[in-house]
Amino acid sequence: MKKSVVSLKDINFKYSNEVILNNINLDIYDREFITLLGPSGCGKTTTLRIIAGFESPQEGDVFFEGEKVNDLPPHKRNVNTVFQKYALFPHLNVFDNVAFGLKLKKMPKNEIEDRVKRMLAIVDLKGYEKRSVKSLSGGQQQRVAIARALVCDPKVVLLDEPLGALDLKLRKDMQIELKQLQLKTQKTFVYVTHDQEEALTMSDRVVVMNNGVIAQIGTPEDIYNEPANAFVADFIGEANILNGVMLEDEKVRILGVELDCVDKGFEHNAPVDVVIRPEDIEVVDPSQAKLVGVVEDIVFKGVHFEISVRCENCQWLIHSTVAPHLGDRIGMRVDPFNIHIMPKMFLLPNNEVYTDVYYSDKENNTTTIRIEGNEITIPDTYYEEGTSLKIILPPDALSIAGDGVGDIDEMYIESVIWKGEHNEIILESDERKWIMQSDTDEQVATYVPVSFDFSRAEISEVTDNEE
Amino acid sequence: MKKPGQKIYLIIIMAFLYAPILYLIAYSFNNGKTSVWKGFTWKWYEALFRDAQIMGSLKNTLTIALLAAIIATILGTLAAIGIYNFKGGVRSAIQNISNIPIINPEIVTGVSLMLLFTFAGTMLGFEMGFWTVLLAHIGFCTPYVILNVTPRIRQMDSSLYEAALDLGCSPVKAFFKVVIHELMPGILSGFLISFTYSLDDFVITYFTRGARFQTLPVQIYTMTHQRINPKANALSAIMFVTILTLLIISNIVTSRKDKEAAR
Amino acid sequence: MKSKRPSIPYLGWMLVFTIVPLLMVLYYAFTDKAGNFTLKNFVNVSDYSHIFLYSLYVALISTVICLVLAYPLSFFISRCTQRKQSVIIMFLMVPMWMNFLLRVYAWVLILQTNGPLDTLLQIFGIHTTLINNTGAVIVGMVYEFLPFMILPIQSVMSKIDNSLIEAAQDLGCNGLYVFRKVVFPLSVPGIISGVTMVFVPTASTFLVAQYLGGDQLMIGDDIERVFQFNHNTGSAIALVLMVVILGFLVFMNRFGDKEAVGR
Repeated sequence: MKKSVVSLKDINFKYSNEVILNNINLDIYDREFITLLGPSGCGKTTTLRIIAGFESPQEGDVFFEGEKVNDLPPHKRNVNTVFQKYALFPHLNVFDNVAFGLKLKKMPKNEIEDRVKRMLAIVDLKGYEKRSVKSLSGGQQQRVAIARALVCDPKVVLLDEPLGALDLKLRKDMQIELKQLQLKTQKTFVYVTHDQEEALTMSDRVVVMNNGVIAQIGTPEDIYNEPANAFVADFIGEANILNGVMLEDEKVRILGVELDCVDKGFEHNAPVDVVIRPEDIEVVDPSQAKLVGVVEDIVFKGVHFEISVRCENCQWLIHSTVAPHLGDRIGMRVDPFNIHIMPKMFLLPNNEVYTDVYYSDKENNTTTIRIEGNEITIPDTYYEEGTSLKIILPPDALSIAGDGVGDIDEMYIESVIWKGEHNEIILESDERKWIMQSDTDEQVATYVPVSFDFSRAEISEVTDNEE
Repeated sequence: MKKPGQKIYLIIIMAFLYAPILYLIAYSFNNGKTSVWKGFTWKWYEALFRDAQIMGSLKNTLTIALLAAIIATILGTLAAIGIYNFKGGVRSAIQNISNIPIINPEIVTGVSLMLLFTFAGTMLGFEMGFWTVLLAHIGFCTPYVILNVTPRIRQMDSSLYEAALDLGCSPVKAFFKVVIHELMPGILSGFLISFTYSLDDFVITYFTRGARFQTLPVQIYTMTHQRINPKANALSAIMFVTILTLLIISNIVTSRKDKEAAR
Repeated sequence: MKSKRPSIPYLGWMLVFTIVPLLMVLYYAFTDKAGNFTLKNFVNVSDYSHIFLYSLYVALISTVICLVLAYPLSFFISRCTQRKQSVIIMFLMVPMWMNFLLRVYAWVLILQTNGPLDTLLQIFGIHTTLINNTGAVIVGMVYEFLPFMILPIQSVMSKIDNSLIEAAQDLGCNGLYVFRKVVFPLSVPGIISGVTMVFVPTASTFLVAQYLGGDQLMIGDDIERVFQFNHNTGSAIALVLMVVILGFLVFMNRFGDKEAVGR
């Protein structure tokens, strides 16, 4: 077994009562380029800061080469960080910035000079020693920040979205430079970014995170070809994600059509999520495919055509070098190898709420229940106070309150996945998760007020022997 | 200034502000004590410099101002950092209490300190004098330091401190090598305000000085209370010239700095 | 940097030198010479109620005069170039830095009977006493605190972009409307600052009335006088003054919020 250079075990982190990291377990190996990838708010920066020592987890342990370092302060840890905004000391010039850590180690002067000059040459800033940091461009400042971290010769280098402030061309160049630097210096790089392309380009392994949880760890190919769930599939690259039913091993049904695939191990007739990458769909004659659709839009992207197809009321995306015409009926053929099955992220098809009637009004025919401390009134329904109810709310019974006042004031949007026909949104409230269907695009990692439409709900009384 | 009316108004106000001072200065050269001009003389200036009491008061004033400003700056900078880390409601409450010496009428502060020092004096057996004045001055200077340093803390990029830790500085070292440079403008302006307010304080010094300790403002009181004293005129002239020179220099220095920054 | 501990020295200081003295004032105000609880001191305070009201009256008039004089001037200054503004402000600050008592003393010299102003008026046949009355005190206060009203208002006004005024004019406002609808509302925070910085020291001032007011003293003077023979009544008066000032500050705060939100 490879020895890990940094190990996180059962890390739980809360900030002012909000759970930021939920049971994180991660082993980082020597000399690997590993990236923490996810949308903003997923906890990737917090994880990095815990490794650096700037935050302390409430629960869990941090190990450096097998030794527990929970209580070791940042200035004693053998890691160095490249900060998002570079954090170059404005009152020192380039040389003094880079030499800062070495001077603290009380290294002899000529050795410091030697190392700093060599490092500046490596990052292509030879001759910049006396320059003030304020006079440097963004890209140059960033290289000084990298030099400053690397010159201290740490075992692990932490990089917190270092390329975020650079323009596109520079960012792409720096991605290659950083990768080469890591290979050359043979150090462990732990990189944080929200840009999935960046992660795929540079990393040996990628850790996809969402809402404080690790969704998947794997090489870029693994993550791309075999995403663990719909969130990962959607976050990385483009994808067609649909609801499906796993009839039996190696056979799945989507949109009423049975297709062969190569995955097994699911229960018979289990509902699953299915992902097919746009470049894996072949445009053929309708008679040669099980799935048939109508071309709605074609965009020329240089490398390929981006074709929008409507099939069984679902929107599909195809990347093809062959361009059909607008309005054509085409067949969509997929190799079984390219149909990837994933377990559903939300286990039930509907939201199930079990609660007792808190208060009811016979005259106005309303019943009031309490969910997580919020009093919610169900109109046109009457049940006696104290009755135990089972309320089934299908995904389309939930909506985001337009006027800002909802039945539940704040739910956290954990994922928004387009399932061909609608968006499937998974939300998190104080005590549970919810599934919602929506036609509007919502922003992941935001808080929204949610309203319930009980006319679409199924409400029934629970008798004691049912529970 | 667009209209001449505005210019005239400005000149009138300036004249109003400067005329009394210039009158004082003019009559510092008068060879008499009344408003009747009796000829030009330097004698009041000579008397001023020969007056040992006044020179002693000047020395006391400068000593107290310097010590109070230094101690208040250190105390206040540390306080600003610590207070910044308190949470919302507690932080507000502490800031409000800290600002009491600033918003309270000076006479109330003076009188309350007098009560404290008299009481403590009888309990612990000391008399009011240099030390009580110094303590009182530190008391009203420190809030100003906090008010000047806190905005700098707020503006500062916190990752600079973390970068210093990351590179191996202990928290204390990180403060001295990195943080202090970022806070320096606030620390300096806090120091200058403390020095100025201490230099010029009368009311609080009056109540905490005991029977014998004199600072310059208190001395001026003795000199001018209920009598005409041309030495005060001479003193005013010297103060005026000094202040004018200092302000002009600082104005030139700041405008040069601004020009450099703009380049 | 994340620690609250650096503030501990100052928190202790605040306790001893800010809170405890005020508690002592409270204590003395509510007890008699023997240390028993009593409200008698406040009965005595009512003897001074006419001086209280007189002080507030003088403070109010002085503040209003300062506001009226300062407001247009602040506006004119704020429309000048940056460079001009800093020069003008520098010249405004010179008198501010001169010793408080010397400036009051200057007015004693100017307003004295048979002094320069009196002689001048006698030439025109006007015979009146210029000093030792309320008028002289108000002149002294306005002179003293006018810069404290000018600076905050100017500071706020200089942040009003010229394009706002031009936009209002473009939309059809004449001079008066521009003032009412754009300039004035935006200047309110400066006005509140200035009024606070003038009213509080003016109401509680110590010695100005003794120099310029003759027999008619103000509450600050009385606090000092009473303290010489009765700590308890003196504390009670000081406490009432502090409460009145506090009430004023709270009122000013509320007023400011209303202006900011209501418009």
